[in-house]
Amino acid sequence: MRRLFAATLLAAASTASFAQKSAADGIAEYRAMLADGNPAELFEAKGEALWKQKRGPKNASLEQCDLGKGPGVVKGAFVELPRYFADTKKVQDLETRLVTCMEMLQGFNGAEIAKTPFGKDEQNNLTALATWIAAESRGLRFNLPQGHGEEKQMYEVGKRVFFFRAGPMDFSCASCHGEDGKRIRLQDLPNLTKNPGDGVGFAAWPAYRVSNGQMWGMQLRLNDCYRQQRFPYPGFGSEPTIALGVYMGVNARGAESIAPAIKR
Amino acid sequence: MISKTLIPALLVASAVVAGCATAPSPQELDTLTLGLMKASFRDEGIAKADRLNQDLGQQACSSDKAPAESVAKQIEAEALASIKWPSGGQYIGDWREGEKLAQSGRGMTWTDASADPKANGANCYNCHQIDKKEISYGTIGPSLWNYGKLRGVKDVADPATAPIVQYTWGKMWNSKAYAACSNMPRFGHAKLLNEEQLRHVMALLLDPKSPVNQ
Repeated sequence: MRRLFAATLLAAASTASFAQKSAADGIAEYRAMLADGNPAELFEAKGEALWKQKRGPKNASLEQCDLGKGPGVVKGAFVELPRYFADTKKVQDLETRLVTCMEMLQGFNGAEIAKTPFGKDEQNNLTALATWIAAESRGLRFNLPQGHGEEKQMYEVGKRVFFFRAGPMDFSCASCHGEDGKRIRLQDLPNLTKNPGDGVGFAAWPAYRVSNGQMWGMQLRLNDCYRQQRFPYPGFGSEPTIALGVYMGVNARGAESIAPAIKR
Repeated sequence: MISKTLIPALLVASAVVAGCATAPSPQELDTLTLGLMKASFRDEGIAKADRLNQDLGQQACSSDKAPAESVAKQIEAEALASIKWPSGGQYIGDWREGEKLAQSGRGMTWTDASADPKANGANCYNCHQIDKKEISYGTIGPSLWNYGKLRGVKDVADPATAPIVQYTWGKMWNSKAYAACSNMPRFGHAKLLNEEQLRHVMALLLDPKSPVNQ
């Protein structure tokens, strides 16, 4: 951690003294220094242990959890989510599918977990599990299935949610993520209406956020986007959030996953 | 909060799901999406669920396709008519206060305590270059460096500058008056900034003494 802090200071200093250099170069350099020791590794280790640990009212592990490629298959599952699950008759993303497994295999109350604020209790465990599962697909390319009618429908809904403009500032996801080469302040904004490239946008989360020292899954990433859009509060795992995952994930087909990434 | 209109929307949704054989039409998907949006968001702090209620412009600009010409014209005409011009014809405040407002990206989120304009920043640098000394600026909107100078503003009181001064006020009060689907918030119309705050941002852009115009 001390090394991380030093790197941050160094980055701040170099940003100030190299104002001439492109801002994006400075940020890339800063990220490269940080990636040297990505604290996401700690969450990966915790997630793997949680997967194997007997827990919950049923005192069972998650090792028989079906993430879409069959019970217990973890490698490659992340880059095919969200997808349709016949047992729940729903399209689910990684986090909502994990809640289903925690409910069915371990006997946890899924509704309670969905209501728990981010960063607390079982939500923390969920983030760690998602981090490890994503890491098991690092280097693989996104390939979400679109064979089921529900998956196709969720893509179409997701596109509409993405462009849904409302609130006091008239923002939609597209306000910031609908064009190439745009920035907010110094932050580059991926164009999420198409494949934004390897390890960018959907292919980078879960990610460790240096600015607040937190590990964020995609549900929290979307939640904070909506906060900044000045929208009301989206329900955890609600259909619009899943639909956005399908829209971004299908658009990112072929992009290499670098999750869990490290962000400013 | 879940209104009566939602129930038919969800019924349509389940009918769509049940009738898997035929893919839903674009209109059915629009209805389904609206129902899911209304059912999935809740009040949090100052950000109430009714923020999802769209006006004509928000609705017409919620697509990857531009609205029909006639709709765009209607949005622009209504927006133009909504502009409240400053009391006493006083357009220009203090550029120093304008710079502070331009720097602040605060306001109107569910973690903000108050929706009063006094609690809000103007968010300008999030999307625009303004004073060149600030290197941390966004690029969603055009550069505003030398905004007044490039438009020949040497004296804001000169009647010859009235058109650009009024346009700039109107653009900030309700950006949709000049582009139906503008990305820019409607700072006056949506009560994001009050008249005094707008005057300060006006000064930052137009006052010949502002660092923006050097």
